[in-house]
Amino acid sequence: MNTDFFILMKSELSLTLIIFILLILKVWDGIKDNSTWLHITNFLLLLNFAVGFISSADGMLFNGMFHSNNILVLEKSILNFGTLIISLQAFDWLKSHKHVPEFFILLLTTLLGMFFMISSGNFLMFYLGLEIASIPLAALANFDLGKLKSSEAAVKMILLSAFSSCIMLFGISLLYGSTGTLSFSELPGLIGGGHLQILALIFVFVGFAFKLSSVPFHLWTADVYEGSPVSVTSYLSVISKAAIVFVFISVLGPLFLNFQGMWYNMLFLSIVLTITVGNLFAIRQDNIKRFLAFSSIAQAGYILLGLSAGNQMGTSSTIYFLLVYIFSNLGAFGVIGIVSALAKKENISDYKGFYKTNKLLSWVLTISLFSLAGIPPTAGFFGKMFLVTAGASHGNYILVIIASLNMIVSLYYYLRVVKAIFVDPNDAPIEKLNASFSAKLGLIICMVGVVLVGFASCIYDYINSLTI
Amino acid sequence: MTNLTILILVPLLTAIAVLFCRNSSQIRWTSFIGSLIQLGLASAMMYAYITERAIGNTAQMLFQQRYSWYSALNIEYFIGVDGISVVMIMLTACVVVAGILISWKVETLTKEFFFLLLLLSVGAYGFFISLDLFTMFFFLEIAVIPKFLLIAIWGSGKKEYSAMKLALMLMGGSVFVLIGLLATYFATNTGNGVHTWDLIQISHLHIPVQTQMYIFPFLFVGFGVFTALFPFHTWVPDGHSSAPTAASMFLAGISMKLGGYGALRVATYLMPEAAQQYSWLIVLLATIAIIYGSFATLMQKDLKYMNAYSSVSHCGFILLGIGMLTKTAIIGAVMQMVSHGVMTALFFGAIGMIYERTHTRQISELGGLLKTLPFIGTVYVITGLCSLGLPGLSGFVAEMTVFIGSWQRPDAFHRIATILAAASIVVTAVYILRAAGKAVMGPIVNEHFQHLKDATWNEKFASVLLIVAILAIGIAPFWLYNLIAPDAQIIMENIARVF
Repeated sequence: MNTDFFILMKSELSLTLIIFILLILKVWDGIKDNSTWLHITNFLLLLNFAVGFISSADGMLFNGMFHSNNILVLEKSILNFGTLIISLQAFDWLKSHKHVPEFFILLLTTLLGMFFMISSGNFLMFYLGLEIASIPLAALANFDLGKLKSSEAAVKMILLSAFSSCIMLFGISLLYGSTGTLSFSELPGLIGGGHLQILALIFVFVGFAFKLSSVPFHLWTADVYEGSPVSVTSYLSVISKAAIVFVFISVLGPLFLNFQGMWYNMLFLSIVLTITVGNLFAIRQDNIKRFLAFSSIAQAGYILLGLSAGNQMGTSSTIYFLLVYIFSNLGAFGVIGIVSALAKKENISDYKGFYKTNKLLSWVLTISLFSLAGIPPTAGFFGKMFLVTAGASHGNYILVIIASLNMIVSLYYYLRVVKAIFVDPNDAPIEKLNASFSAKLGLIICMVGVVLVGFASCIYDYINSLTI
Repeated sequence: MTNLTILILVPLLTAIAVLFCRNSSQIRWTSFIGSLIQLGLASAMMYAYITERAIGNTAQMLFQQRYSWYSALNIEYFIGVDGISVVMIMLTACVVVAGILISWKVETLTKEFFFLLLLLSVGAYGFFISLDLFTMFFFLEIAVIPKFLLIAIWGSGKKEYSAMKLALMLMGGSVFVLIGLLATYFATNTGNGVHTWDLIQISHLHIPVQTQMYIFPFLFVGFGVFTALFPFHTWVPDGHSSAPTAASMFLAGISMKLGGYGALRVATYLMPEAAQQYSWLIVLLATIAIIYGSFATLMQKDLKYMNAYSSVSHCGFILLGIGMLTKTAIIGAVMQMVSHGVMTALFFGAIGMIYERTHTRQISELGGLLKTLPFIGTVYVITGLCSLGLPGLSGFVAEMTVFIGSWQRPDAFHRIATILAAASIVVTAVYILRAAGKAVMGPIVNEHFQHLKDATWNEKFASVLLIVAILAIGIAPFWLYNLIAPDAQIIMENIARVF
């Protein structure tokens, strides 16, 4: 043990520390007020985010089980930042909840699992991280303890994530059987494309597709998103998804690239299905969480489009898009969370006439949706443009055309919500909502991000300088 | 005025300033002053441009500014103007001032209304000065969404349907443009496999003909949707007739010109061989649009629908001019863009003024407006005469130039197309004169019309501004011609390279 250990594992250590602080405070039982809890947690999360800026280093720990470098630290910082925003936005919901510290302990445990997953140097470590990340999520999905739908969501989630873990584990074991190693540094050299390995590839990919909710493994998404509390839904759709993609970029991408043609065809099929099905189903939804669930499925398709490029542009664009996606999706979920917590309404039809009573919240939701649809001058436009550009760099224009035409469909359903907010008449619109300062702060951060990240090319340049 | 960035900044800052205004009067005056400053700056820029050309500056694009933006993706903030962009910017500036003046009485959600109008104009200005394909696309898309909100919130009739139709069709158009631009980007190679978005540079590179043949349809159809290319014109009648007056003016006067400008500057200029190959198809579609548009107009009973369909017909002349691929025809196309922009803006303005007073747009319910509303009636007649191509007004000059350019193509196909297009003017005369005769001249059909108040100062200001532009082009077309001609020459040289 030397200073390397602390520098390489700084993100994990600071998260663990926060989890322990929260546990001890809970056991001490001195804090009675929920607001105090929330302020303490937000402050700790802010510190945790700041830890990401401490100088980092490249290196391995535990015989190559764990590794870290600048790009991984950046990815973890993005996740930390997203978690901080979610925590800010959860204020109105958790204010009257009985189990505030437990919520954060579970939440941060999943985040810790994701960090281990991103930093893993070995399939064993990766699997460990994956499980740490997915089991507490089921508990979180059930966090509105009185709601039947929440319990249903949790059961669905735990069963399906166990199932997908099984499939992935089977794939990993096949890989081990055919190569004799599970280390990510040794595997690429040993993968030649034998039948067993192709089977392993398919299984591992299926496991991933489950977590990323890409079609045809998306069926759990809508129900779980609808049943879970809004904060958990936003965590699932943003942080959890981003973490999986980050793992893909830094850990698994190099493995799959060995399969070249076959790998690309698999991705191709998956992208086309994911974008199209996600979009078509989103049109018919009335529950706004289900609606965003399907729209996030479609977004996952665009993320895969960036990954399919298999070059530096693809990697940078994907990370950049995820950053933008965090801002835009959390902006939308922030408003939905406030409405859900204060007005107890979650249907698109409830949002009719929303603009008459809540001007600023309406604009935040609208701008976030425009960013998700990829309309300039929001950052979403740049994110999506770069992903499509990266996809086009592969030269497969059929894919580009399908993905681009789908933007029209997605614009349709986003505009439906905008129309409900601004145009549709309603005798009893949602009353004027007084959100807490912290929820507002969360929204302000999102809006600043949505507006500025697009124009600030330095962010993209920075990401690009770190990727290979 | 040689710093073009200011042309984007002024409307943008005006839009932001509008957000901080307290009451609707402040909002109106802020927008009006902002747009007036913009008109002044645009005029100063045109003056600077003409002076620069007069002293012999022969660079293709003047007042260039170039900064690296996303260097990893070769995206630059690269702006500059040539004669064509200059006249488009002048057109935009005039229409924006007029549109804001006409909207003086908007009382519901005033702040949002003017903000969106100004945002739309930012997109238009940015589009006309961009020389980088990425930034160009960025500004093109900025100009799409405000229209949806403008129509859906402040529109009339089946506004929600029309707004959605317009937004989706224009989005479809821009998606086609996007695909075309991406393919163009990856088809370029400036050495060492480096790609570029730089419009000028691409025009000097040779993109393989085979590739051009794939890219050109995407670009042309994409921009064509904006400028009512048959059969993608269906958003025009619905969109225009449901939109509030100022939005109709912006749509017809500015937005449809984005498409024409893009079809010329991006599709035709960058893909000369493909333009050559597909020219017959463009001519065919444009001729159909012209004839179909004018006959469809004959059937309309609503003044706004009438003008919307006649816009399809008139925008057909733009595409016809581009498709003919002769220097004169291209000059004619640009002149038609300007002329139609000013004229239709005025037309929609006049219809808006009539509607606001009489609360009807049905020709059968109108009559004798000239007696009770002399100013508005006169405006309507003037713009109608311009539309049917009366010599001395801008429409005649522009259409005449297109026909002369088209006639330079000697083969039977192009001759027939030209004759058919020219014949449509007769139909135009029928519907314009009929509408003007019934609604404006005729006897007063409704007692209630006796007590209507004529145009207020703001409406007079807007009308006079646009009428002056129409007259200026109509009486002294040479200043416009001389402004455009050298740049049409450059576009033609690129095409002639492959003739």
